[in-house]
Amino acid sequence: MEYSLLILITPFVLFLLLGLTGHKMKPNVAGIIGTTGMALAAILSYTIAFQYFFGVGKVDGVFQQIIPINFEWLRFTDNLHIDLGILLDPISVMMLVVITTVSLMVHLYSLAYMHGEKGFQRYYAFLSLFSFSMLGLVVATNIFQMYIFWELVGVSSYSLIGFYYTKPSAVAASKKAFIVTRFADLGFLVGILLLSFYTKTFDFATLTADNASLVVNSTAGASFLGLSVAAWATALIFMGGAGKSAMFPLHIWLPDAMEGPTPVSALIHAATMVVAGVYLVARLFPVYFFSAPEVLTMIAYIGVFTALFAAVIAITQTDIKRVLAFSTISQIALMMAALGVSGFGGHDGLGYMASMFHLFTHAFFKALLFLGAGSVIHAVHSNDMRDMGRLHKYMPISSITFFIACLAIAGIPPFSGFFSKDEILVAAFHHDKVIFYAILVSAGLTAFYMFRLYFNIFWGKEKTYTEHHKPHESPWLMTFPLVFLAILSCTTGLFDFSEFISPDKMPFATHIDWTIAGMAIAVAVIGITVATILYAKGSDKPAQMAKSLGRFYTATLNKFYLDEVWMFITQSVIFKMICEPIRWFDRNVIDGSMNGLAWVTQKSSSAIKGLQSGQVQFYAWVFVAGSIVIAILVLFCKV
Amino acid sequence: MDFSNFLYMKQEVSLMIVFIFLFLYDVFCSEKGKQRFQLVACTLFAIHTIFGFLPHILDAIFGIKYNLGIGILGCFSFPTGDAFGGMFISSDMTIFMKNILNIATLLVLLQTNNWLKADDTVHKRGEFFIITMVTLLGMYLMVSAGNFMMLFIGMETAALPLACLAAFDKYKEKSAEAGAKFILISALSSGVTLFGMSFLYGATGTMYFSDMTAQIMSNPMVIIGFIFFFAGLGFKLSLVPFHLWTADVYEGAPTSVTAYLSVVSKGAAAFALIFAIYKVFGNIGIVWHHIIWFLAVITITLGNLFAIRQKDIKRFFAFSSISQAGYILLGIIAGTAQGMTAMTYFVLVYVFSNLAAFGVISAVENKNGGDTRISAFNGLYKSNPKLSLVMMLAVFSLAGIPPLAGFFSKFWIFMAAFAQGQHVLVFIALLNTVISLYYYLLIIKAMFINESEEGAVQRFTTDGYNKTSLVLCVIGIFAIGILSCIYAYIGTLSFGVIR
Repeated sequence: MEYSLLILITPFVLFLLLGLTGHKMKPNVAGIIGTTGMALAAILSYTIAFQYFFGVGKVDGVFQQIIPINFEWLRFTDNLHIDLGILLDPISVMMLVVITTVSLMVHLYSLAYMHGEKGFQRYYAFLSLFSFSMLGLVVATNIFQMYIFWELVGVSSYSLIGFYYTKPSAVAASKKAFIVTRFADLGFLVGILLLSFYTKTFDFATLTADNASLVVNSTAGASFLGLSVAAWATALIFMGGAGKSAMFPLHIWLPDAMEGPTPVSALIHAATMVVAGVYLVARLFPVYFFSAPEVLTMIAYIGVFTALFAAVIAITQTDIKRVLAFSTISQIALMMAALGVSGFGGHDGLGYMASMFHLFTHAFFKALLFLGAGSVIHAVHSNDMRDMGRLHKYMPISSITFFIACLAIAGIPPFSGFFSKDEILVAAFHHDKVIFYAILVSAGLTAFYMFRLYFNIFWGKEKTYTEHHKPHESPWLMTFPLVFLAILSCTTGLFDFSEFISPDKMPFATHIDWTIAGMAIAVAVIGITVATILYAKGSDKPAQMAKSLGRFYTATLNKFYLDEVWMFITQSVIFKMICEPIRWFDRNVIDGSMNGLAWVTQKSSSAIKGLQSGQVQFYAWVFVAGSIVIAILVLFCKV
Repeated sequence: MDFSNFLYMKQEVSLMIVFIFLFLYDVFCSEKGKQRFQLVACTLFAIHTIFGFLPHILDAIFGIKYNLGIGILGCFSFPTGDAFGGMFISSDMTIFMKNILNIATLLVLLQTNNWLKADDTVHKRGEFFIITMVTLLGMYLMVSAGNFMMLFIGMETAALPLACLAAFDKYKEKSAEAGAKFILISALSSGVTLFGMSFLYGATGTMYFSDMTAQIMSNPMVIIGFIFFFAGLGFKLSLVPFHLWTADVYEGAPTSVTAYLSVVSKGAAAFALIFAIYKVFGNIGIVWHHIIWFLAVITITLGNLFAIRQKDIKRFFAFSSISQAGYILLGIIAGTAQGMTAMTYFVLVYVFSNLAAFGVISAVENKNGGDTRISAFNGLYKSNPKLSLVMMLAVFSLAGIPPLAGFFSKFWIFMAAFAQGQHVLVFIALLNTVISLYYYLLIIKAMFINESEEGAVQRFTTDGYNKTSLVLCVIGIFAIGILSCIYAYIGTLSFGVIR
């Protein structure tokens, strides 16, 4: 399966090609080259997936970790070295499929959506770079390779969010995204160093082998501030994951990241990059489970809190992309929570499986939602749902596909979201009732705000559109991905995921627990009904309700002032309390010593400039005198 | 005499064939052939370079250890061992080091076209190539020497023609001055070296490296001999306090010659020094440790201090190359196979980084009539973005910014020294890296930020030769750092050396 390397090489070569020579190409040519390359990568991923899941992957009923390529890049000591390679196991192969599929759809869609934009070639170059980094991230054989690609993903996301670099808000958003995730990555790096210091390896296979016994044994007895070292390391690594996956309180960058072009949001901020944190925890799951179960519990609670929190905020937002952003945060948090409640081995590994299952289904329907939103934005030239209404009659394909995606995310059978969310609920039910009910509530809220969004855009009151800007259905290049993803949203739930993915890589059987499923469906239906009553006809009731809620409503609208809290923390606490003294130290001590050094440098360099007199007899004298002085020093000073 | 000894000198023989052919070609070819001289010379030298790489390629790809038997294929096998009774030593490492010198020379030769085709030099183009190749032959002998006399012959063969090269633009006052200064100091240095060698001979009764090793003891006679011998190579490496000629010669010599001096000549001296020290003076490690420690610190520091003040870009690179020589000493001081690997790798990376910079300098200098002030580079980014990007990469690589090769070469050489407990030395070197960043950035500032002055260079394209060399350099600056297998490969060669 060495040809799996081609999946990585193709987008990288495309990036170089489009980045270096793109400006000489016609925009469409660049777009078509990029799309063709991505299609190639997608086809390769499908063959790999087929070959792996139905061929070489399974030996004696257990899925194997296959490492077709691994080469040692930097060797520091005998047992610590950074390798670059490809690791194929059920979750990485699944991710290859998800990434290449969504990326291909986004490539296609962008041909029409970004048509005529300045920097079209640059856009495709960065899309290729992003795909390359994300693919490299999921197939990483060791944690350091993952970190390298993790940062590359961050950089390419930064450049795509700030694609409209003449817009100040886009620049600010890209900076915010980069700084927040980079701050979280600091924790990731420290965690990696801590873990590798004790285990002497970066290798995933070694770290997770034999129920992570290496981590358990090597960190045994070591503790810091009452927590074991293993817990510290894994918690710090989780911090990196929380940054990328927008977990509370590091979620603040994701809503702002919607400043980027909408297809980018679909690819990066819905389907792929933001699930990197979930993937990271899943990748190291045995380490979490066996060496730091307390961290896993923390992940479960952070996940479920974020899910509820983001769902509440999503209800009041009026920018349709922000609604989707908060919905993404909420759904990813569910995946995290599912990992947190998971056990290990057999049916206990349901949470892990459910998390990956939800990741898989969510990628498609959330990409569909974003692309649908892009289609609407393309038609009405606004992000605000108050500018929209009754669009169903102008753009039926967008409307129907959006509707399917809403049903999927709300968890209505037989759409994909129902199955994956049901598994999460079952896993939570057997682990912790509090988490179970919290997830149930968030599922109801999800159904409500998604249909609020749907009705506000496609139904509700007719808005007056000027004759010039009459909304119209998007071109086929945009509707084809919508239809394709809608089909996936209908069908992907029918996969029997537990046959392929489980923490111990041994397939197990699952069945739908109809009591729990019934509760979930009931909650979803209630949410949808309420939304229908309030928004389908466009009544005044929502406004009245908002008024009666008063302060709570404003707080939600302002995302619970979390941005302001962070602002306060950075401005007043970090800047004043920490940075001010450091600044003083920097200005006076560091600058002082540097100025001193510069002064000494200047003085000494003008003092010795006489050395460079240009007179060769003097040079010769120094030459000989220097040798003699060295000889005397060595012989008599016994240094 | 046993002529099979020449089999150990494949690269030397190949080089001699190239320059004898070029000599005849230069003398007997037609006017038209003269115009093609550059092409012929560069192609032949490129073939010679590739020929030298054969053993590495065969080894890396097919795992064949050069033993292709006798007959036609035998031409391509590179036997290793002692030749001429131990006078000449050929090992995997020496072959590789000579290849580094070959690459560097090839890059320099590619960069000369613009300068040599000018009216006042075109008639002596042949001379330039032939003299350069003679010095290169001398450097081969330095690297492969197994006897102090051989080493001395190599050093002289490398030094005397270099003075001709420095004075190649003999009607320019500065060039003539550079040649004169170089020959004077070089003569002095030869004298000092021979003086040192005679002490060593007196103390041990032999000139052969292999016989001397056992006789070396820490007595004043050996120590004095070592120090004076070391001074001779220190002159070539331009270590403080033997460095004073560097700035004047680098500034005055034609740019391509400066490039050759700063890279090839220095690299050969570093290789010769590490072999001599490792093979002969292993017993008195305590003595040379202290000397090299001290010289490394003052070389790096003084090189940096002077570089800050420079207004002329060639003088600037003279001092930058002095401080780079200090880093080379860090690899030598480690005294291990790891140190030798790191040092060889450092020189390899330095070749590409420094020659990229000199390629840009000579391109610009040819356009603006020989103005080499740093301020002549003001606003270069606006007029020639590609050249300034190459310069930026070169300078960043020299300063050691990741992910360029220069970062990795510094990293490995610091690792090698650190592993031998040279913590303070590494710390001082690190501090100096920070200082060096300051003055390297001055060049970036000139190119990208400063407004261009009156009469600055306009947009232009360099000739194909220079372009080729710059592209090769850029590939080297990126690829050698990322492809860690190169470092690992040098590592496999180094272990054979320390006996």
